[in-house]
Amino acid sequence: MITTSNLSKTYNNNTVLKIDNLEIPKGQSFGLVGNNGAGKTTYFSLLLDLIKPTTGHIKNNDVLVSESEDWKPFTSAFIDESFLIGYLTAEEYFYFIGELRGQNKQDVDNLVGEFKDFFHGEILQQKKYLRDLSKGNQKKAGIVAALIGNPEVIILDEPFANLDPTTQIRLKVIIKDLAEKRGVTVLISSHDLLHVTDVCERIVVLEKGEVVKDLATSEATLKELEAHFTGSVEV
Amino acid sequence: MFKKFISLEWKQFFRSANFGKSIGIKIFMGFLALYFIVVFLVMGFALYPGLKELYPDGDPFIIVNSFIFFWVLADLMIRFFFQKLPVMSVKPLLTLPINRSKIVNYVLGKSVISFMNFLPFFAIIPFSIVLLFNDYNSGVVVTWVLIMLLIILINNFFNFIIESYSSETELSFLPIIVLVGGLYALNFFEIINIADALGNGILVITENPIFLLVLILVLIGLYFFNFKILRKKLFLDASLKTNIKEVKTSNMGWTKRFGDIAPFMQLDIKLILRNKRSKSSVWMLVMGLLYGLFFYPQPIYQDMPVVFGFVGIFVTGIFLINFGQFIPAWDSSYYKMLMSQNLKYEQYLKSKYTLMVMSVFIMFVLSIPYVYFGWKILAAHFAAAIYNVGVNSYVILIGGSYNRKKINLNERAAFNFQGTGAVQWLIGIPLMLFPVAIFSIFYFTINFETGLIALAGLGLTGIIFHQKLMKFITKKYLASKYEMISAFDQEN
Repeated sequence: MITTSNLSKTYNNNTVLKIDNLEIPKGQSFGLVGNNGAGKTTYFSLLLDLIKPTTGHIKNNDVLVSESEDWKPFTSAFIDESFLIGYLTAEEYFYFIGELRGQNKQDVDNLVGEFKDFFHGEILQQKKYLRDLSKGNQKKAGIVAALIGNPEVIILDEPFANLDPTTQIRLKVIIKDLAEKRGVTVLISSHDLLHVTDVCERIVVLEKGEVVKDLATSEATLKELEAHFTGSVEV
Repeated sequence: MFKKFISLEWKQFFRSANFGKSIGIKIFMGFLALYFIVVFLVMGFALYPGLKELYPDGDPFIIVNSFIFFWVLADLMIRFFFQKLPVMSVKPLLTLPINRSKIVNYVLGKSVISFMNFLPFFAIIPFSIVLLFNDYNSGVVVTWVLIMLLIILINNFFNFIIESYSSETELSFLPIIVLVGGLYALNFFEIINIADALGNGILVITENPIFLLVLILVLIGLYFFNFKILRKKLFLDASLKTNIKEVKTSNMGWTKRFGDIAPFMQLDIKLILRNKRSKSSVWMLVMGLLYGLFFYPQPIYQDMPVVFGFVGIFVTGIFLINFGQFIPAWDSSYYKMLMSQNLKYEQYLKSKYTLMVMSVFIMFVLSIPYVYFGWKILAAHFAAAIYNVGVNSYVILIGGSYNRKKINLNERAAFNFQGTGAVQWLIGIPLMLFPVAIFSIFYFTINFETGLIALAGLGLTGIIFHQKLMKFITKKYLASKYEMISAFDQEN
């Protein structure tokens, strides 16, 4: 589904990302972990064509991301709060995204209705603008908006940060469900090793912009990751 | 501590993403400032001999004093529109061990070092020198200069009080108009002759400098009033409290007839109506509409059709210039999202274009009553409207592709009252002057009708090439996509 080849991003002679080859098959739940500055957000930004690669390219479903825009209809993302439109209410925001993705109001209502639990009664029918919601609630709205329109690829940057424990658990269920039952390719990044190992079938560790580990998740993965990051502290 | 604040602002200026652009504007402002300085200098020196010639029997000093009232009013008005309280991002400072009162004092103190406060002295000092040469008592002259200084400072701080109150209401510049207009009317209809009273007051003070204390007390009072207002705003929750109002949603079904651009139109309309910053462009419509009344009722302008062209461009284009110049920065806070969404740039731009065209059309229709002052005015407005649709709208969209400055719609910065200042008007100047120049050339070489045809012709040419122009503009936006994303990602 997503093929990365010879990709690198350099700012003033400082290479922040260098991935020679990375293949993410369809329907995989893919986790990206790494310390601050490891290049996680840079990779996602390149994937969304928000920054220009210095060398190489990413192909999303055989579409060259930096040259064509045809990947947009089946790809959606929530990177940070700047993906929200602050002066809309949550419903209006969902409808707006829905219209961009060719969904009518009913479609959007149906989809959003599935997430009543997740919203915990704090998002819908609040008569509040998104900018007046708390950080955690903004995040919930953003994540659900990224699910509108049956995307085949969903990119979530740090989805677990800022969420309360109940919501974190619910979100894990949602993500697992997307990959296993609906065949959606889900890419998430996280600092929380426990969450990623719970959710992702495959975990890639980035360090200073390079892939240093590529693991299929098993019982031992969490231990291995913990050992890795403990080690990198000592070095 | 103040030194640290200054160094913070210095860094903010030089390290900001749109540094290059700011410096261009600063240079232009510099020239403008120089121009005003020269004008005021000349005025300062010429005032005394000029008044002597006009009123050989009067005492120029007394005449000048009787005009101080009008100067105060004009000064207040100009300050309201052009002088903003210096903005400083205070949020990061609030948790640091800095006295809140220190921050407020710094901001208020800095406001004194404003060009607005220095400019009058380029006239006041030369005038005083001339007074001294004409054998006025040096004590009187020195006291007079002090009075002027105090009046300027009083205006300075009074203005911020007005600004802060009008920013809390949704009335924007209505309060200042009512205040200045009211005072002027009181004087004009001689209900209270404030002008003479103030003039006499100043004379009394020059004789008895002890009364300077009255002005000083007023100044101190205003300063502390400002201090209180600002200090209140320095708490994080103070600006949050009022803002969570219940939201009325509407589905704006009428936009559906615009087809695929409907979602963007709805978004733009909500953007305008729901954010303080953009809401002011709606008020501008009212002001723009009434602008013609400054000119048309006066007989001298009846024989100056060039004015019709200018007012026409201004009236029909005011929203276009006001709203258009911040495309696409209006959407800067969620630009990343738009760029990764499934949308066509062309639709996005077309929606902005349609909105501007609609505003021109509405403004033209609303300005039809000006036909009362002559059919030529209506014809000029019509030609100007076509020009705005066919030329200015594209120009402003092209200009937008160079836009690198983020607008923070959610901003509730403690000192950010209106968000826009003088620069906003500077950008509008070429958009208004160029068509007026074209019109004038044809008007003076051939006749009025040809001038209108030239304007309308240019507009129609633009409209005919609409598709081509939009393609070209879309390409420009696509080309600067990455730059815009990274610039809009940065604060300031």
